[in-house]
Amino acid sequence: MRTIKVQEADFDGGALTRALGAGRTDVGAVATFTGLVRGASDGVEEMTLEHYPGMTEQSLGEIVEQAERRWQVLGVTVIHRVGALKPGDQIVYVGVASAHRGDAFAACEFIMDYLKTRAPFWKKETTVDGTRWVDARDTDDAAAARWEDVEMRR
Amino acid sequence: MSIELRYFASLREALGQADETLELPAGVDTVGALRAHLAARGETWARLAPGHNVRAAVNHAMVGDDAAVQGGDEVAFFPPVTGG
Repeated sequence: MRTIKVQEADFDGGALTRALGAGRTDVGAVATFTGLVRGASDGVEEMTLEHYPGMTEQSLGEIVEQAERRWQVLGVTVIHRVGALKPGDQIVYVGVASAHRGDAFAACEFIMDYLKTRAPFWKKETTVDGTRWVDARDTDDAAAARWEDVEMRR
Repeated sequence: MSIELRYFASLREALGQADETLELPAGVDTVGALRAHLAARGETWARLAPGHNVRAAVNHAMVGDDAAVQGGDEVAFFPPVTGG
């Protein structure tokens, strides 16, 4: 089961997580990640997310396929919001269902790391000083690169 | 043969346009050659020159400068991604 959505609307993480295990007995673990818009300490008043319609869905699909090839995965849900968001708003949800926690944790982290470096989303912050595009971080590239050394499970 | 060009985020704002149709000049058959061709348009476009921190996608797949470009392709240029 694979659900990938790019949307302006907010999402209910609890419902998404429950849906990953609903009606089945082979799922023993659901690992999830929810990203929120950071604000106060960074001076961010608003965040606007731009994406590349068409390519976004395709690249997310390829990232999820890679996760499915590397780990025993029974279900994946990825929701990424676009448009204007405020500090504290939910921006991204990744949920992975698996028989065991190891695969669920690893696949969830892998999807987030690859999403941050390979999916065509761009953040623009509005602060008291004006607007600025968020620069890509070397730490995100490093986080994604470490998976290249991880031995394929199958 | 023409291609569709698309620009995103800070690059789109700097260039002042989101897309255009380009008649592919003879000899321009890779992403790198296309970048050099566009960069030659002038100061604002110089940021597309090979070696600058701009990423490319051909028909929705992220590619390097060696990737082939041919008529009918959709080629996008954008800064490194920052989602999530």
